[in-house]
Amino acid sequence: MSVATKTDKIQRLAELAATKETSTGASLWREAFRRLKRSKMAIIGAIIIGLFIVLAIVGPYIAPYSPTAQTWRDEVFANRGEFVGMRGENWFGLDHLGRDMFSRFLVGARQTLLVGVVATLIGLTIGFLIGGLAGAFATLGGETGRRIDSVIMRFIDIMLAMPSLLLAVSIAAVMGQSLTTVMIAVGVVQIPIFARLLRGSMLAQGSADYVLAAQSLGVRKRRIVLSQIVPNSLSPVIVQATLSLATAIIEAAALSYLGLGNPDPAIPEWGVMLTQAQRFFDNAPMMAVYPAVGIIITALGFTLLGEAMREALDPKLRG
Amino acid sequence: MSLLELDGVKVHFPIKRGVLFDRTVGHVYAVDGVSLKVEAGQTYGLVGESGCGKTTLGRSVLRLVDITEGSVVLDGTDLAKLPGEELRRFRRRLQMVFQDPLGSLNPRQNIESILSEGMVAHGIGKNQEERREKIKSILDKVGLPSNALSRYPHEFSGGQRQRIGIARALVLEPDVIICDEPVSALDVSVQAQVINLLDELQEELGLTYVVIAHDLAVVRHISDTIGVMYLGSLVEEAPSDALYAEPKHPYTKALMSAVPVPDPEVEDKRERILLTGDLPSPANPPSGCRFHTRCPWAQAQRCSTERPELRDVGGGHRVACHFAEEIAAGTVKRTAGEVVSATREGVEDAPVSEELAAAKVPEQAGPPEQESTKAEAVGTAAKVEKADKAVEAAEQAEKLVKAEKPDEPAEQDVEPAEQDVEPADKAT
Repeated sequence: MSVATKTDKIQRLAELAATKETSTGASLWREAFRRLKRSKMAIIGAIIIGLFIVLAIVGPYIAPYSPTAQTWRDEVFANRGEFVGMRGENWFGLDHLGRDMFSRFLVGARQTLLVGVVATLIGLTIGFLIGGLAGAFATLGGETGRRIDSVIMRFIDIMLAMPSLLLAVSIAAVMGQSLTTVMIAVGVVQIPIFARLLRGSMLAQGSADYVLAAQSLGVRKRRIVLSQIVPNSLSPVIVQATLSLATAIIEAAALSYLGLGNPDPAIPEWGVMLTQAQRFFDNAPMMAVYPAVGIIITALGFTLLGEAMREALDPKLRG
Repeated sequence: MSLLELDGVKVHFPIKRGVLFDRTVGHVYAVDGVSLKVEAGQTYGLVGESGCGKTTLGRSVLRLVDITEGSVVLDGTDLAKLPGEELRRFRRRLQMVFQDPLGSLNPRQNIESILSEGMVAHGIGKNQEERREKIKSILDKVGLPSNALSRYPHEFSGGQRQRIGIARALVLEPDVIICDEPVSALDVSVQAQVINLLDELQEELGLTYVVIAHDLAVVRHISDTIGVMYLGSLVEEAPSDALYAEPKHPYTKALMSAVPVPDPEVEDKRERILLTGDLPSPANPPSGCRFHTRCPWAQAQRCSTERPELRDVGGGHRVACHFAEEIAAGTVKRTAGEVVSATREGVEDAPVSEELAAAKVPEQAGPPEQESTKAEAVGTAAKVEKADKAVEAAEQAEKLVKAEKPDEPAEQDVEPAEQDVEPADKAT
């Protein structure tokens, strides 16, 4: 080490020491956030998500026309269903019933976000509880605990064995057609993913030395799980939740596409819009492009943020 | 009566296999009948190669693993029989220092939180303030600045982390501290600091240690009594000096013969006992004496059929070998294994000549010119070659000497971070 860098280091350490009394030390969460802020991927993802959220909130208010009224119905019907493309008053053109596509797109953002967020929250909450329980039993429950864990996990395996779309379709079929059904169906599909992820992460942490140390200190089991194991197992779950938002939106769109989504086709949702556009794809491809691009960009935003978070939370993974 | 007594402790892990329902198909005999006594205020060292069960034994003392059979008695209370909640309370009196200083600290807790965890669990200190005062005094004892409180484990160096680990054990004021490889993850220069810290704390607080290590030099330095483990059981136990002066069990002999001696003259003549084969699987230990498959002195019948008990051979020296006295007296012949010269090839065939004698003291093995003039003075060209070999020998001897003395200045720039940080912190 050269003399210059050494004195520099000593000086820096002295400054550090001078401020240390008041500073609180850098927790891992804070460091992860700092890394996240420095990542371009995270910033782009955050901007996209931010725009999407703004759109979802103000969309219905800034929509130039009613999304449900068939204002230009006669015009479309007079052309024998010919698609009306972009023009001055209708930026995205008209759909097959003479409704303004741009207004439908803006209003549809809210429904889409709602489906994505609620479905992910359902999957996350239930998956977290099941996985956390299984993980807690498996790590500290001894012989009986491991048995309980394996019962829970076989149950999860059964859920995983069913193709996710089929599971969602059956749930939607049983519960009837509604937006809530779509949210629940998409959410349920996510449960085993979150449960397995949290349990696996907890198992990995459960054999760590610091858990053993807490045990030898005489810390109560409940506290070991809640304050030692769970906080250290969260990172992959947080990342998965972000990534799940993207898949939830796509899955909801798929359900809508299969006709299991919103029973009232008048209420715009990107997935529903995509379904409706299918019939006219030959002569009106743009009708499908707008909602599709909307879904793709949103999904990209969540994926970018999710990937950036994965790297920020676990710098070791960075290749 | 001793403070800590282990009697016939066995820890067997079941090996389970099965598609739907796990069946027990066998056991790993990790610890297979260990009895030992640790006196108050003393240090008991446990050595053995990796996989011999020394860590499992250490964990079983705290009942971090379930004890299959036997008793662990601390001050009259048998831990092996304590039910859950009582065991949790009792753990206050037994603490552990772990091998991996970073891995044993929760990365998401700051130092204050880590150190107060145990105090909260045992209701020590009425409030946060009181606990903080106590933590500060302990931090001072282990040589950490009090501003470490709000910092996180990843912000410290290896040595400092291990100090935090020691502090965590100390806040509960335990009777016995089990140190599982306390320094093997640290740099040599820091190892000495941590060992000395443990020594000082023992003197100051009257602690009792069980130190588990594979480093013979470390164990020798701090232990009063040493137990040597092989495949789940003790093969020899003796006061530290007695064990090093005269190992009686063939396994201990082989272990000791692997340690280089920091004296080139002795080192040249030293012989190594090479053990053949690998450590047998603890899931399928050999019959009779566990060591008979690798023992250089294994005898035909008795060794493979009868398991030797640990027996006193005088002066508190306990050995688990049927033929310990005979081997010591030389009346039993070696049947297997190989004894080779400890020095490496190419060095041993250099005759002890004038050149070698000159090279023995490292300082004199100076620049090559000096050596060559010396060789010229002696005369023949053949001897130039020998002189080169002599230089080589001197260098090797020097290396060995350095390896033996970790706190020699040559190693000091290995960990400048810790030495830099501490004075800076104290300045505040």
